[in-house]
Amino acid sequence: MSFWEFLRQNGGELLTLLREHFVLVVVSTLMAVLIGIPTGILLTRKKALRAPVLGIANIMQTIPSLALFGFLIPLPFLGGIGARTAIVALVVYALLPIIRNTVTGILGVDRNVREAAVAMGMTDSQILWRVELPLAMSVILTGVRVATVISVGVATIAAAVGAGGLGVYIFRGLRQYDNNLLLAGAVPAALMALLADFSLGLLERRFSIKEKKARAHSVWPRVVLIGGVLILVSAVAVLWRAGQKTAATPGQQQKVVIGSKDFTESILLGEIVAQMLEARGAQVQRQFELGGNLSHEALVAGRMDLYPEYTGTAYTAILHHQPITDPRTVYEQVKQEYSDKFKVATSQPLGFENTFAILVRGAEARRLNLKTISDAVPDARSWRAGFGQDFMSRADGYPGFVKAYGLQFREQPHEMDLSLTYIALASGKVDLIAGNSTEGRISALDLFQLEDDKHYFPPYQAIYFVRQDALERLPVLQEVLNKLANAISTDEMRHLNYEVDGNKRTQADVVREWLKARKL
Amino acid sequence: MTEETNKALVAFHDVSYSVPAVPSPIISHLNLTVQTGETLVLLGESGCGKTTTLRLVNRLLLPTAGEVLVEGRNTAAWDPIQLRRRTGYVIQEGGLFPHFTVEQNISLVPRLEGWEESRIKARVNELLDLVGLEATNFGKRYPTELSGGQRQRVGVARALAAEPPLLLLDEPFGALDPLTRASLQREFIDLTRRLGKTAIFVTHDVREALLLGSRIGLMAAGRLLLVETPSGFLKSQEEYARAYLQTLQLDKQSDKP
Repeated sequence: MSFWEFLRQNGGELLTLLREHFVLVVVSTLMAVLIGIPTGILLTRKKALRAPVLGIANIMQTIPSLALFGFLIPLPFLGGIGARTAIVALVVYALLPIIRNTVTGILGVDRNVREAAVAMGMTDSQILWRVELPLAMSVILTGVRVATVISVGVATIAAAVGAGGLGVYIFRGLRQYDNNLLLAGAVPAALMALLADFSLGLLERRFSIKEKKARAHSVWPRVVLIGGVLILVSAVAVLWRAGQKTAATPGQQQKVVIGSKDFTESILLGEIVAQMLEARGAQVQRQFELGGNLSHEALVAGRMDLYPEYTGTAYTAILHHQPITDPRTVYEQVKQEYSDKFKVATSQPLGFENTFAILVRGAEARRLNLKTISDAVPDARSWRAGFGQDFMSRADGYPGFVKAYGLQFREQPHEMDLSLTYIALASGKVDLIAGNSTEGRISALDLFQLEDDKHYFPPYQAIYFVRQDALERLPVLQEVLNKLANAISTDEMRHLNYEVDGNKRTQADVVREWLKARKL
Repeated sequence: MTEETNKALVAFHDVSYSVPAVPSPIISHLNLTVQTGETLVLLGESGCGKTTTLRLVNRLLLPTAGEVLVEGRNTAAWDPIQLRRRTGYVIQEGGLFPHFTVEQNISLVPRLEGWEESRIKARVNELLDLVGLEATNFGKRYPTELSGGQRQRVGVARALAAEPPLLLLDEPFGALDPLTRASLQREFIDLTRRLGKTAIFVTHDVREALLLGSRIGLMAAGRLLLVETPSGFLKSQEEYARAYLQTLQLDKQSDKP
């Protein structure tokens, strides 16, 4: 599919994402201006506060955005999933340039001019409003411009907390290795940044002292100013409406909030429950594609009712146990601890596991007659390996894996994005990878999964976590979860994944078709 | 306190000013009166305390000892805003607001004082005329579009705008070329005579002091060495005054071919 074709087919969605992105940037920048400029003014009056406040703003800007989102989600008022959390984070990042430039701008006003103002008998507030702010305005606007451009960039990460925006396409494009999606997310974001830079630059020039000439009384700056104000006002109106929509919390209106992590399979599993509930008359709100462990935090914080997870992930990454190999024990213990600690119920296993799959090229496996990982140990000395960042870092990942099998590779494994490792393996750039066992491309690219004969990898049975209060509120939830017990095989899951990642169909379509075929 | 100092527009009584960071006082034990209608010139090298003296008058600074009286009232007792609106202040390059037009600069204090628009407009035109700038030509310009001399004229006009009884001028003509300076000096004499203004004028230029001052106060190292009329100053035997006058003679000699 060409890029233009892609745009023609997805124009509507792109416009929605663009609008969401724009609203995120405008609202957060406006709020940062409303907080940052008065703070900056205060700092010019209270010298003792200057170093500590600027220091704090500086530190806040160095917090990685995903970490900040994770920290914000459980907070009352500020946190949660969606636009509000993203805006809080964006405001945090935008504050530093605005405060700093307000301070620099005001302190940079010519000493003679300030002294003349004092000597003419102007009061403090007259000096601020009539002399200092107008003269500092172009420097302050530079700060606002920098903050806005930063916001356009950071807002792409807002997709990780379900705030939408162009980041949705960028994350999806990375996941599906789809350049059209990447471009459709990145190009408008870049254009938005350039446009913001340009238009705020115009505004800035209007306030620049060097431009203060009698001949500069052109009508254009005024047109730009009025246009800008109109756009801002309409953006705020749009957000206000959007805010009313998302303000509903799980407790109200019998609405069920369904979440998912940020990869295709998790979204598919979320969509399956969502469509089944909708078919039974429930109102569903989707909070898909949440990064890291944000889904878990949202569930525990009561901002989400249900999301799909894997027993092994819950056991190691969330409950912090050492990996063990018996699926039954892991499942039972997870179920028990989630109920005790979080008041969260665990569904029956869905019927498939998504464990790490140690993959080699099918042709290679047949030529060397490899069946298990142990079979491959001698050959691996001349192989290169490629692993996702996740596998390299987690407790049940790379370090324990090579130790358990006594594996040695030709060189240090290449650390890359998980979705890229399949292509790297198929095209011979690497010779062994750790993929997901349900990945659709395993059969499509003729890859072979070596059996984990030493049972190193803990079991990763797919399950749903659901809040107990949601089950009580909505009996239909239990009915749906019962129907899904042992309903999805590994092959079926691979097929569904491939329909989305390989054949580029939407999750909603694939799920609708599958539910129909299975009469669910 | 004598009868005379009570009538004086400005009076310094044993005024000292020091800052914690500097061990020696910037002004020490200064006594001075300025009578209504006179132009008192404070002459001295840079760092001698003459600008500080000026800033004590409109309460940009308060003395650390002694008292400064303006219109018979201690500056510490004045509302600083009221006091400053009654004293015009001119500094080098005028200290004009670069984001205001000439008209806006001049009309600022009248506007703060709540004058009517028609009165402000008439006053601006009158003042521009007084300092020799055409209102139609210069009123809408910004300070960056003026020459140094023109900016200085606007600075004087702005200081005069709300008809203050007292003018404070801190080396207003210091940054100008000699010809422009000479013509502005002549106009200043003309102006103060016509308006009967009281002025305190700070300079390091002995010629300017002799030309403009009704009296000259010579300052060095924070002390007022003498206060004399120009003719008295020329005859003075004070060592420091003689040193200044000698520079004048050197100038004259070098003027000869």
